[in-house]
Amino acid sequence: MKNTISFRVADFIKNYPPFNEIKLKDLEELSQEIKIIYKVRDAVIFDEDEKAHEYFYMVHKGAVALSRNADNEIVDLCDEGDIFGLRPLMANEDYKIGAKAYEESILYAIPISNFKVFTKSREGVSNFLMESFASNTRNPYSVGRKGKLFQESPEISVTPPTNDLLDLQSVNYSKKLVSCAPDATIKAVATNMTKKKVGAMLVLKDKLPSGIITDKDLRNKIATGKFPITARAKDIMSSPVITYPTKMTLAQAQMAMMKSGISHLCLTQDGTPNTEAIGIISKHDIMLELGNNPAVLMKAINRARKLKKIKRIRHSIMSLLKGYLAQNIPLTLISKIITELNDACIKRVINISLNKIDSTPPVKFAWLALGSQGRSEQLLHTDQDNALIFEDVPEDELGNTKKYFIELSKRVTKGLHEIGYEYCPAEMMASNPEWCLSLTEWKERTQHWITNPGKDEVLLSSIFFDYNHTYGNQDLVQQLTAHILSTTQKYPIFFVHLASGALQNPSPSGFFRSFLVEEDGAHKDFFDLKRRALMPLVEGARVLVLSNQVKSINNTAERFEKLAEIEPNNQELFLACSYATKALLKFRTKQGLLHNDSGRFISLDTLSKEEKIKLKRTFKTIKELQELLKIRFKVANLVG
Amino acid sequence: MISFFKKRKKNYPDFWVQYASKFETKLPTELQKVRFVVLDTETTGFDYDNDRILSIGALSLQNNTIAINQSFEVFLDQHFYHAKNIEIHGIMQEENKERITEIEALMFFLEFIEDSILVAHHAGFDIKMINEALKRHGMPNLKNKVLDTSILYKRTLIKSPLLIPQEQYTLDQLAEKFDISTKDRHTALGDAYITAIAFIKIVEKLKSTKNFSVKKLWR
Repeated sequence: MKNTISFRVADFIKNYPPFNEIKLKDLEELSQEIKIIYKVRDAVIFDEDEKAHEYFYMVHKGAVALSRNADNEIVDLCDEGDIFGLRPLMANEDYKIGAKAYEESILYAIPISNFKVFTKSREGVSNFLMESFASNTRNPYSVGRKGKLFQESPEISVTPPTNDLLDLQSVNYSKKLVSCAPDATIKAVATNMTKKKVGAMLVLKDKLPSGIITDKDLRNKIATGKFPITARAKDIMSSPVITYPTKMTLAQAQMAMMKSGISHLCLTQDGTPNTEAIGIISKHDIMLELGNNPAVLMKAINRARKLKKIKRIRHSIMSLLKGYLAQNIPLTLISKIITELNDACIKRVINISLNKIDSTPPVKFAWLALGSQGRSEQLLHTDQDNALIFEDVPEDELGNTKKYFIELSKRVTKGLHEIGYEYCPAEMMASNPEWCLSLTEWKERTQHWITNPGKDEVLLSSIFFDYNHTYGNQDLVQQLTAHILSTTQKYPIFFVHLASGALQNPSPSGFFRSFLVEEDGAHKDFFDLKRRALMPLVEGARVLVLSNQVKSINNTAERFEKLAEIEPNNQELFLACSYATKALLKFRTKQGLLHNDSGRFISLDTLSKEEKIKLKRTFKTIKELQELLKIRFKVANLVG
Repeated sequence: MISFFKKRKKNYPDFWVQYASKFETKLPTELQKVRFVVLDTETTGFDYDNDRILSIGALSLQNNTIAINQSFEVFLDQHFYHAKNIEIHGIMQEENKERITEIEALMFFLEFIEDSILVAHHAGFDIKMINEALKRHGMPNLKNKVLDTSILYKRTLIKSPLLIPQEQYTLDQLAEKFDISTKDRHTALGDAYITAIAFIKIVEKLKSTKNFSVKKLWR
């Protein structure tokens, strides 16, 4: 029965190979037999050596990791629209590679029996499947192998592209050509290059590449005065253009650039300058493909126009992080770099959202990161906690102004969700009217928290007071900070409450210095690293820093370092706290990367003896810090 | 004496008897074996007495899997059409859909749902509309267990003084929270699909809570 859902499925799959080769009518027919499967993160779709299913799969939402048991190395990550689990289509044997949901995912299971007719009748379909299967890359058209799928049954072994073979990967080139006519003025060329943020522009004559202008040409030929600013594109372009065919590996592209000493390659239909230009590869594209360099990633983020692109870059950021941790680079440095990159992603999402709204912001505003992102301690993907401040407006405009910023925030939080930040379960997000306020409203709110320190108020301030400016007007943020500091100064009782809040987290170790694990819930028998070990340090640092009137240091480790400077008599303890924070954060990050989660809950039996000892050492520091808080802020009096 | 208290055996149609007989066996206790039928109705309005069902969309959900060929979509031929409703639901009177009578629709529907757990957003409304239709044709109420995603969702919210739960959550809000595309919104089967994905995600969340059991779902 064709119905709303089968049409909806057909409408999705028609956009992706191999289904794009099949008539929509046939797809609508096929879609009726498809199953829609939901998988939670880490759920197994099939295991290595599992008996073949009657279906192969397409990722509709989320991502799926293909990996082998032997080394647990991810062979391929399938994104929305990618197909996998093709073995049963090819050969009557068990899976040789396992598939697991990398994120929570929705899959389409396509029945092989219904699909087989297309593999026989359409060459494009069988070629694509063949290539997908053989190479396990997402873009198998570029591999340049041809073969028939069913006439012969070739011996195919899955050879996953490992890092050593990266050079043989096909190059991803930008298909959106930035080009101009030979008669274009230099000013127009330069303006367009600036607007599109590219370093080179192709000069096209009747769609054929006749020359190329790069930043270098503008510098060498215009800025030097060699040619007047009134010159035309054809006067300064480098010509002829060095062209290559689109099917090119990374290594080939690199070699070509080195050989001719150029930074851009023009790709044409048949590789000669006599056919239409199709794309352009820059050195930057290649660097990005080779990955892991923060500067390249940063550039890529700032150029990204689509959220999907940012999501992919974030995968690269994660592998960069993995590499840093493996190389044992100091955590302070790692977290600086990763935080910069994460911040850039958020800024980019805000920019994209601003562009999507028709009108410009009515007044100045600032986007604040709260919680761990605000403290620059967010290395893994966690929840998004954020808030927005906007400039004060006359009362009669407040409603509309707020409406605008809530609308903006909704887009931003949705965008952040799309690139991998979960929504805050407590709705602590700028899209919530409670967290999207004018400067005066924020001042009133924070003042209320400080002067009426009940349980909720202390909780709210403890989350909010680690805010960090990510986007927009700095001045608004500084005004708020100054206001908070001066208010806390007038109400010292607030610190007592904040300190007692900091002491409420259960202590990490039991009476016999054993780990205290969770007693119930989904994480029964796991150790809650965040709540029991990190939070006491984070909260302790916050209250001490606030009471010392230290401005604009948010990072917990840095806060302790500052405190060590301010209070030489407690230097030893504070430095130990700083060290403990870094050690725990690194530990959490490693655990998170290992299990593809936030790293918060740790299963103790997976830890080595050495790791356990290291952890316990930090507990001693935590205990000492808590003692200091108790005495300094006379918390005992309050509780007792 | 005893026969006096015994319910008078009515003459129900065969398809009802068939449907009722499915309830003689117990439901499975393992979640992945339970069959859920997620449904939505489009109606001429919100008045149980005067309004009528225009279409029923339902799909079968088992072990987090929706088999498209096991879904259900019927359009009913109803005499009085409220012009005002057509705008809300986008069901055009002249639209070229094959329409069946109410009794046929009920017959197919009962055959489809069997003893499955029914799931709907604001389920009370849809179930009541269907029960009213059954009553018009001389049949008793649906016998199935019913779950309402608008209520279940609230159980997934964290208990925090910072979060004041709303009285009601709309399907659009759920779609936003769970990042579900609202394409085909306001068609019965389209809404049923959105409800189904939201339902899966809600159950996955509830599963990770303390002492979760299948029975607790419909308590």
